[in-house]
Amino acid sequence: MSKRRVIPGFGMSLGFSITWLSLIILIPLAALFIKAAGLGWEEWRELLGSPQVIAAAKLTFGASAAAATVSAVLGLLVTWVLVRYEFPGRRLLDAMIDLPFALPTAVAGITLCAIYAPNGWLGEILASLGIQAAYNWLGVFIALTFIGFPFVVRTLQPVMADMGKEIEEAAATLGAGRWTVFRRVVFPLLVPALITGFTLAFARAIGEYGSVIFISGNLPMKTEILPHLIIIQLEQYNYEAAAAIATGMLVVSFSLLFLINLLQRRIDWQNR
Amino acid sequence: MSISIQSIRKTFGSYTALEDISLEIPNGSLTALLGPSGSGKTTLLRIVAGLEFADPGSGKILFHGEDVSEISTGKRGVGFVFQHYALFRHMTVAENIAFGLSVLPSGKRPSKHEIRDRVKELLGLVKLEGLDKRRPHELSGGQRQRVALARALAIRPKVLLLDEPFGALDAQVRKDLRRWLRQFHDEIGLTTIFVTHDQEEALELADEVVVMRNARIEQIGSPQAVYDTPRSPFVYEFLGNVNKLTDTSGSHQYIRPHEVEIRFAAECDPSTDELGTIQHLFSAGPVASLSIRLDNGSFLDVEISRKILDEMCLDQKDRIAVKVRS
Ligand SMILES: Nc1ncnc2c1ncn2[C@@H]1O[C@H](COP(=O)(O)OP(=O)(O)OP(=O)(O)O)[C@@H](O)[C@H]1O
Ligand SMILES: [Mg+2]
Repeated sequence: MSKRRVIPGFGMSLGFSITWLSLIILIPLAALFIKAAGLGWEEWRELLGSPQVIAAAKLTFGASAAAATVSAVLGLLVTWVLVRYEFPGRRLLDAMIDLPFALPTAVAGITLCAIYAPNGWLGEILASLGIQAAYNWLGVFIALTFIGFPFVVRTLQPVMADMGKEIEEAAATLGAGRWTVFRRVVFPLLVPALITGFTLAFARAIGEYGSVIFISGNLPMKTEILPHLIIIQLEQYNYEAAAAIATGMLVVSFSLLFLINLLQRRIDWQNR
Repeated sequence: MSISIQSIRKTFGSYTALEDISLEIPNGSLTALLGPSGSGKTTLLRIVAGLEFADPGSGKILFHGEDVSEISTGKRGVGFVFQHYALFRHMTVAENIAFGLSVLPSGKRPSKHEIRDRVKELLGLVKLEGLDKRRPHELSGGQRQRVALARALAIRPKVLLLDEPFGALDAQVRKDLRRWLRQFHDEIGLTTIFVTHDQEEALELADEVVVMRNARIEQIGSPQAVYDTPRSPFVYEFLGNVNKLTDTSGSHQYIRPHEVEIRFAAECDPSTDELGTIQHLFSAGPVASLSIRLDNGSFLDVEISRKILDEMCLDQKDRIAVKVRS
């Protein structure tokens, strides 16, 4: 006997979901793989093992992970301020969080570049301190943080708002200081949402193109990101090579996201 | 530990939640704060706990004669139980109960072994033996409330503060827990204040009832005293069923259902009685409740013993005389 479900329509919704999933995600993905398979094994190895691709992969995944981590920390702080304090301009700040979502990425890229370039108004200050914030690793990292940060805030915000003040107050009446309350009560409850936010920011950063290419400067072997390599191949009508790089990226991204998901499940299960 | 609340005022913006509240709570007593929604009960309890602070320049809170108004909640030594439990859902029952001990500074913190023993003792006290490994979501509402209580008691608080502790529970569990709390209080004699808007709960459980209304204290007294000699129409109406009769001159008179006398319509004495019709009649156990519509249009709730009802052979639609004046 099959297990009875309380919510009706499971079969139908599953059918719909799978159909749509196939149409919008799986079929294009399959097409990508087929395209990439046009290259022979040797060519694959040569392409993906080339120093340029390796360097770009290191930059893309490294800067993305760093940006997502910093986004998570900053996002946690900002969300805390937004949810827990009432201050003039709070709504404005809240609305501004969404700007990176709404801004066309190329606009964001040009703006960031203008601000952080050595002659830009932030870049100038940084340059006088001996820090170069554009056309290098740091520039890529800044752009990716800008893009990823809203994901963390928007995933944490409802969870934190929902958590209510009472459990913090309960901990305080039991003698816990502010830091202990955060460390032992608030933070553990936020970890699952924090991981989700991190994952979204990370995934977005890996695929980010528009906002990065201006500030990165695209110096081969130095500040080229993977999506840029794909574009280069496309511009040379090298569709198979582009598909091969994309496939490689996908496999690595998917493995990482899958691992994070597993980790989150474990924590979630413990936290329930 | 006695609690002394001295002319406390609390405003939220332009709204006054507490207006010059003074209250003495003797050591070891069980006190109920009773009042309608919004009367300021929770606010007062939170100020005693140190979760909220009274307006600057208003009065003081003393624990056993010592001013604690400026002391933070964690240092006051209060056990606070929230209406919605506020358990830590990422911790087991045992971890929840041990929390207050585990956050003590390392010099004062009991050893792991001692904490485990204390948790076990508390689990026994609140009758939750064997549930230490469960998580809050695996417990019933009544069990969660008892975990919250055990957690509050773990730090050996000097006073226990309960905000509508049984508010979210069903009638049967409420009754059981109420009885348990009374017994528990009698055993350990911890000074306890609990908030409720249920008059029956307050009267049945408390040594002393504090009736609040609109940010003020309306009356303080033993359950018997506030029930029998209410100081204002508000207290009269708020504590238990009461009939409000308006006579021709417009003045009001209150009479409790069990104080009403009835007789056959034929025996009506116009100087003291009113005539009416029985609208509804119901009896469970030894008491019968009648709902009577008087000829002047007002309704009256009446309780008489089942025996009298049977002797008089009363039924719906019967005409009846009710003694409303002495
Ligand atoms: N943080 C706050 N900010 C503004 N107003 C508040 C705040 N806390 C309480 N109040 C107001 O103070 C009044 C008293 O609130 P309180 O929570 O003490 O009522 P209560 O007697 O506990 O009511 P209930 O039985 O509904 O819990 C209410 O009108 C409430 O709206
Ligand atoms: Mg309340």
